[in-house]
Amino acid sequence: MMVSFTPAFSQALPQSDDYVRVLPEIVLSIFGIIVMVLEPLLDEEKSQKVLGLIAFIGAMAGLGATWLMSQTPGLAFWNTVRVDGFSIFFHVLVIAIAAVVILSSYEYMAVQRIRAGEYYALILFGMVGVALMSSAIELVLIFIALEISSISSYVLAGFRRHEAASAEASLKYFLLGSFATVFFLYGVALMFGATGSTNIDQISGILGAGPIPVLAYVAVALMFVGLGFKVAAVPFHVWTPDVYEGAPAPVVGFMSTAPKAAAFAVLLRVVFVIDVHAIFWVIWVSAALSMTLGNVSALVQNNVKRLLAYSSIAHAGYLLVAFAAAPALGASAAMFYAATYAAMNVGAFAVVSHFANAGEKYVTLEDYEGLGRSSPLLAATLTIFLLSLIGIPLTGGFFAKFYVFSAAVKANLIWLTVVGVLNSGIGAYYYLRIIVVMYMREARKDVPVTPIPWTLGLALASCMAVTIYLGVVPGSVLQYAQDSAQQLVRQYAQPTLLIPKQVQGSPQ
Amino acid sequence: MRTDDLSSIILTLVTFAPLAGALLLTLLPRRDRDIRIFALVVSLLTFVLSLHLPVYFHRAQAGFQYEIDKPWVSTPNIHYHMGVDGFSMWLVVLTTFLTPLCVLISWKSVHDRVKEFFILLLILETALIGVFTSLDLFLFYFFWESTLIPMALLIGIFGHERKVYAAVKFFMYTMIGSVFMLAAILWLYAHTGSFDFVTIRDQIASGAVPQFPAAAQWLFLGFFLAFAVKVPLFPFHTWLPDAHVEAPTAGSVLLAGVLLKMGTYGMLRFNLGLFPEQARRNAPWIMVLALIGIIYGALVAMVQPNMKKLVAYSSVSHLGFVVLGIFSFTQAGLNGAMFVMLAHGISTGGLFMLTGILHERRHTYEISEFGGLAGPMPVYAASYLVIVLASAGLPLLNGFIGEFLVMSGAFQDKAVYGVLAATGVIWSAVYLLWMYQRVFYGEVTHPVNNSLGDLSLFEKVAIWPCAAAALVMGVAPILWLGAIDPAAHAALTSFAQVASRAVGR
Repeated sequence: MMVSFTPAFSQALPQSDDYVRVLPEIVLSIFGIIVMVLEPLLDEEKSQKVLGLIAFIGAMAGLGATWLMSQTPGLAFWNTVRVDGFSIFFHVLVIAIAAVVILSSYEYMAVQRIRAGEYYALILFGMVGVALMSSAIELVLIFIALEISSISSYVLAGFRRHEAASAEASLKYFLLGSFATVFFLYGVALMFGATGSTNIDQISGILGAGPIPVLAYVAVALMFVGLGFKVAAVPFHVWTPDVYEGAPAPVVGFMSTAPKAAAFAVLLRVVFVIDVHAIFWVIWVSAALSMTLGNVSALVQNNVKRLLAYSSIAHAGYLLVAFAAAPALGASAAMFYAATYAAMNVGAFAVVSHFANAGEKYVTLEDYEGLGRSSPLLAATLTIFLLSLIGIPLTGGFFAKFYVFSAAVKANLIWLTVVGVLNSGIGAYYYLRIIVVMYMREARKDVPVTPIPWTLGLALASCMAVTIYLGVVPGSVLQYAQDSAQQLVRQYAQPTLLIPKQVQGSPQ
Repeated sequence: MRTDDLSSIILTLVTFAPLAGALLLTLLPRRDRDIRIFALVVSLLTFVLSLHLPVYFHRAQAGFQYEIDKPWVSTPNIHYHMGVDGFSMWLVVLTTFLTPLCVLISWKSVHDRVKEFFILLLILETALIGVFTSLDLFLFYFFWESTLIPMALLIGIFGHERKVYAAVKFFMYTMIGSVFMLAAILWLYAHTGSFDFVTIRDQIASGAVPQFPAAAQWLFLGFFLAFAVKVPLFPFHTWLPDAHVEAPTAGSVLLAGVLLKMGTYGMLRFNLGLFPEQARRNAPWIMVLALIGIIYGALVAMVQPNMKKLVAYSSVSHLGFVVLGIFSFTQAGLNGAMFVMLAHGISTGGLFMLTGILHERRHTYEISEFGGLAGPMPVYAASYLVIVLASAGLPLLNGFIGEFLVMSGAFQDKAVYGVLAATGVIWSAVYLLWMYQRVFYGEVTHPVNNSLGDLSLFEKVAIWPCAAAALVMGVAPILWLGAIDPAAHAALTSFAQVASRAVGR
């Protein structure tokens, strides 16, 4: 007994590597706690600046921790967490999003007179959940991570406390969100029933060994419902416009990118486990509906935040196109898309949050009239983000769409591609409307123009740099995405999932 | 040796010189005069650089010259592959020739947001040249889409009353048209593993592309739709009159002079180059559409009360000739199509400039507002006459050569096509000369027109090169056709192969 106990016991104790592999989460939690502890000790005026700075340092430290983590890839904490290229990619992505959102919140908080303490702490805590989602390979842990990130976002959505719309957003998000996570949990339970395990690696092994039980399909479909809610895919999208309209603008920038990226990461891991063809049509239909409904509804929006909400539904659809495509091709395209979308959307919401001013008064299209003249720099920045959202060359959005559709064509999803390209044509219209009112209309209303503080400037500059970088030299990021996707394929290699590396025809 | 060195990078230089100029322009202070001079210098420099192309071009040689091929993105396999043949070289030169003239014609007429105007104009020039020089399908699509933004902004910011409507209509039409091309390009990439035009063409020709026969018709249509909207071929032409009437003069010049040629060039390069079999199969209905365009465009032009709209519809008619020539699959037809593209660029560019000059003085395009202008504006009237006659296809001016060749090509294909096309020439003489008569001859009907000033120096410098080019092209077309002919020959050999294969079976 003792002989077998000793190795089991030593295995049971977490090693130092285990901690390194969740170091970003640890660092972010510590900084979140520091913010919470300091908040009551500082007077209100000061707290705004100091806490924001601490949170920003926390995010930067989180990036550093990610670098440390990336040095020791492998499993941690009894096979519940895996550090691989895939999770590193999403860690960097979501923590970078948080850093930019913190920077752009700096001014917003002061203008809206919102007490800063919990706000920054919640962003950091939410980030812990979001980051953990991308590296967890244990379904229960994924669920916990999902809840950590969701609960933070519920509270963040209601942060404009004196506004009814914000409270409504928070409550709506909370009620529908909890409902959706229950579906996810139910899916986990069914998966456990079908395979006797909640570990993705083991599930993959068990499902690969024999015929796949029907229960497993049901489980994946239910998980898709839960995650589909998070990514705002049709038909689980109804909450999106209201929540985005009511929630504080920087929070929307955060909500529409980081948790979404993480949910897509989980979805990617999950679809690799089970034969994708089982839920292929579910994804196909959801992708086509998301693109079409999102774009068509966005056409008639007058509120810029609502418009961007519908646009985010449409973009979730484009991302799902990548999922419907063959996994390895689609995975790298989806990862690239998630990164690009984050850069341009956080950037766009940063502009919106600056321009909205106290009480978020100026968020309709009429308010944007003549912005090109009154505030040329801000207008030019927003234009670049919008062009990227359309998918115009020299911006990341172009390559993102390009890779997604190219993966879809390779997987022979011609019709889905046609729906997609048509949609990107329709989508051009409403983004263009914003550009048109900014440059081609004279201002009718007296909208105050405030100078851009350096923090916001830095946030915008970094978003823009990433957007353009991905549009001019996308190679390195895509290469990384492809390598980690290949790694993922190898981990869960099933004969049906393997695809030929290169289609014939050798490029010289 | 030195020219060889230059030859290897000349396309990069020509393509990106305007963009570099635009970037420098953003740094310049907002002193309008300096900005105008700077833009003029940049565009002239680009023109001089582009002259390297015809000067050192090996005329007898078919295939691409001045090629440069460097990997850009490894996965997907995108190359920075550029090169020109007899077709595209002249379109590059046409672009660089028209841009300085656009700068000159906008010298006085653009006085608000001057900096933005010239930045957009130079960016547009780079995008246009890029369309003609790229040999990588991805790169091509990239430049193709890039032309949209500066053009839409030029129309939308600097245009006339209904500018926003026209800009959005222009943008949406061409955007939706071109996404189908994107789908087709993606399909080709998925099945060949390459974006390279030459590689894909050779693979298709050798039958090495899997599932190609089943998809070929759709691919052909995907490309064709994008190009047909741009040309614009009847019935996709409705965006054109709106865009033209609302666009500022320089925008119209580049729109008619070069942007429309992107469509016909695309048909020539991709629809014919990649899908010869489908091109042949689809030719009948395309030629019918082209003929409808020729005649319908001319008839509608005839009844326009608005001078600029008249010129816009005349473009629909002239571009019909180009499409007709391309899909006649004859040496003469292809040569003629290419020559009409160039001639139309010069003469319609000139017409738009002249119309714009009148608009600047009277702020109207209505023909009924004018009459007897030859009295107060003799130089203007004379210049106008030269350009109108060139456009109407008077022998010894440039319009004649191209239309003659196209018609002879159409005759060779099917006599009825040639006969119908020939009526288009008559119509064009009718609407242009009738318009000229109403505007310039007779008594001055509106007293206000008596005091109109004749051409200023800038305007003369902008117009006369067009007139001179129209004359030289009409007298010595061989200077141009020498390079076009081998390219047309090469484009048709693939058809000969297709035909012989069909017979062999």
